[in-house]
Amino acid sequence: MTRTEKKQLRAGLAFTSLWVVGLAAFTAYPVVASLYYSFCDYSILKSPVWCGLENYQQLVHDGLFWKSLRNTLFYAGLSVPLGTAMALGLAMLLNCETRGRSLYRLLFFMPSIVPVVASAMLWLWIFNGEYGLMNGFLNPILGLFGLHGPAWLADPSWSKPALVIMSLWGTGNAMVIYLAGLQNVPHELYEAAEIDGASAWQRFRHVTLPTIAPVVAFNAIMALIGAMQLFAQAYIMSEAANGNGNASDGNPERSTLLYSIYLFSTAFQDIRMGYASAMAYILFLITAALTWMAARLSRSRTEDAL
Amino acid sequence: MIPRPKTCLPLLWALVLPASGAPVHVTYWEKWVGFEGQAIQAVIDRFNASQDRIVVDYYATSSVDRKTLVATAGGDPPDIAGLHEQNIATFADAEALEPLDRFIRAEGMSNEQWLARYYPVYAGICSHGGHVYAGISTPAVMALYWNKTLFREAGLDPEKPPRTLAEFNAYSRRLTRRDPATGRLTQVGFLPQDPGWWPWIFCRWFGGNLYSDRRITFATDPRNVEAFAWIRSFTESYGLDNVKRLASEFGPWASPSAPFFTGKIAMVFQGVFYDNYIHQYKPGLDYGVGPWPEAVPGVDDFAMAEADVLTIPRGAKHAREAWEFIKYVNSSNPNARSREELEGAELLDLLQVKISPLKVWSPFFTDHNPHPHIAMMRRLASSRHATSVPDMGIWQEYYREVISSFDRVRLLDATPEEALGYSQARLDASWERYRRSLERHGQWAALGETSPP
Repeated sequence: MTRTEKKQLRAGLAFTSLWVVGLAAFTAYPVVASLYYSFCDYSILKSPVWCGLENYQQLVHDGLFWKSLRNTLFYAGLSVPLGTAMALGLAMLLNCETRGRSLYRLLFFMPSIVPVVASAMLWLWIFNGEYGLMNGFLNPILGLFGLHGPAWLADPSWSKPALVIMSLWGTGNAMVIYLAGLQNVPHELYEAAEIDGASAWQRFRHVTLPTIAPVVAFNAIMALIGAMQLFAQAYIMSEAANGNGNASDGNPERSTLLYSIYLFSTAFQDIRMGYASAMAYILFLITAALTWMAARLSRSRTEDAL
Repeated sequence: MIPRPKTCLPLLWALVLPASGAPVHVTYWEKWVGFEGQAIQAVIDRFNASQDRIVVDYYATSSVDRKTLVATAGGDPPDIAGLHEQNIATFADAEALEPLDRFIRAEGMSNEQWLARYYPVYAGICSHGGHVYAGISTPAVMALYWNKTLFREAGLDPEKPPRTLAEFNAYSRRLTRRDPATGRLTQVGFLPQDPGWWPWIFCRWFGGNLYSDRRITFATDPRNVEAFAWIRSFTESYGLDNVKRLASEFGPWASPSAPFFTGKIAMVFQGVFYDNYIHQYKPGLDYGVGPWPEAVPGVDDFAMAEADVLTIPRGAKHAREAWEFIKYVNSSNPNARSREELEGAELLDLLQVKISPLKVWSPFFTDHNPHPHIAMMRRLASSRHATSVPDMGIWQEYYREVISSFDRVRLLDATPEEALGYSQARLDASWERYRRSLERHGQWAALGETSPP
């Protein structure tokens, strides 16, 4: 290393030192410490006592761990593909040359900047079984068959689908990224495909999709990670819709007990930080595995398409 | 430039003065805002004005329990934390709270003498494992509230609430109305899920125990199963779909569209604080307040009590001064004959329109409390059958299991035996794990001798 390079290295380290210290103190240390605590009987104020694999063994036999995992996978399994389809569909519509396109883009993006609590309160009203907008729309149709719209958040069978529907409202961020991706698709490819007689679907399937595949993969993976960590919306809506002062159990009947909510109540209500740390690491491993699978799948699909 | 001696002197004084003569600032985190916050601020102002050594600084803090826990772990807790009663056992076992025993001893009293000043149910709330960990800030007691107008419409005497469980069930049936055309419920006499905060109390009301002989008895006590069968009977009688549809019309409990205020429910069990909300959201509502109907023969004036509490987190920098404030809020002037003479508990409870947790009430507090049903509330708070949450470190988990069983039973997804059996299995495992954890930390022996109620 030359003298100039050493000088540059020192300057570089000096400039990044604050960030490095921050990363070490507020990210790296907690991550490593929580790994240690996951093998301990630890309640934050008392000294951690090493208990080996006990927390992980208890997790295997914990019915609520599995229930919260099932609930989370159900939510992620529905919200990620539906959210992807919706964001991509909206982006394609907003990519068309229409009058007032900027206004439409603004309108569809706006929900994603509404604070979580505000949007949750709005959706509580929409999902009100009797006076809500959703059933106000559904009931005239269902009434033809002698049916009535569900109680949504107060009904264990419909509370998770309600959360999925709510998640579709906030696809504005993904939509903007898709829009940017769509605008990068070379126009010549569409013209060539059109000359070759490709239909609209064929142009989408063989031109648009392969070109924006990396964008789709990025958005899907980010949505997957977000879905696995969903907390605030479910926490607020469970409490407000069921009103028993116990938001941390995913009521009704633990139908919206998502993994993050169970982790939270274990850590901060039961003060079982060791067990919660073990749960956090399991979530990390599951999310990492799913992300790896999604990335691998998207790569192979992209290669196939090309 | 070096300051000249003339400039240095005032600077030195400024540094020395706070250490010698300035009052100590006590930080107090509490959950209250609105009129409850104003009430505690008035008490703080009275306390601050009563002496010149301590200044209590009030900070309204949301999620105060969680924030206190994290701040305590971080070594920078508030001097006083206003927690919920159900936090005490869990926080104390986690060594997050300072026992108040030494401060009580310094007052020349034993724990028993200190606690004897409260009604027994509130004395139980303050202590855990043989130690006093809390003082009461705001006590609550739950009673039966009924809508007199709906009673009249149903041909019932509005001045005579149900006295027994059988009467309560019969009244509930008479107060239930359906749309003749559709059969849908338009009004019910009672619905166990409203407000749904304390379903465990139905077990105690039916004479059941949640914990006995150092064992969880949620499913093994037949009276608990009976209580849940009673809960289920309402859904069976009304019809599940009807209940869901009616319940979806309910607004939040503290809003004009709350079911008791809109006349959709005729009888609820609610707390001493409920009158404030009635006056706020449904002024003019013609309602009565009475004791819980007798569910177990001979157990009259059954009541549920709860309280917000004042605690000193472990590591608080001004524990002694914090105790002075807690002592003030947990004392009163028994001879007060005017509002100006009220002190501590009575001043706070008068401003918050609630009862005092202390046995002795001053003449002014007794005669001038603005709560319209203060005598009834006092009767229930002082009842030997008043009960509160079990004093156990896993109560939060227990409570969630009770709520889960309650939901499964009332929604007809499980029989009481199935639901309670499932929860019992989980709670047995939790209790065993908790016991093991306390043993590891050398706490079980000291704690094991004191059984929760």
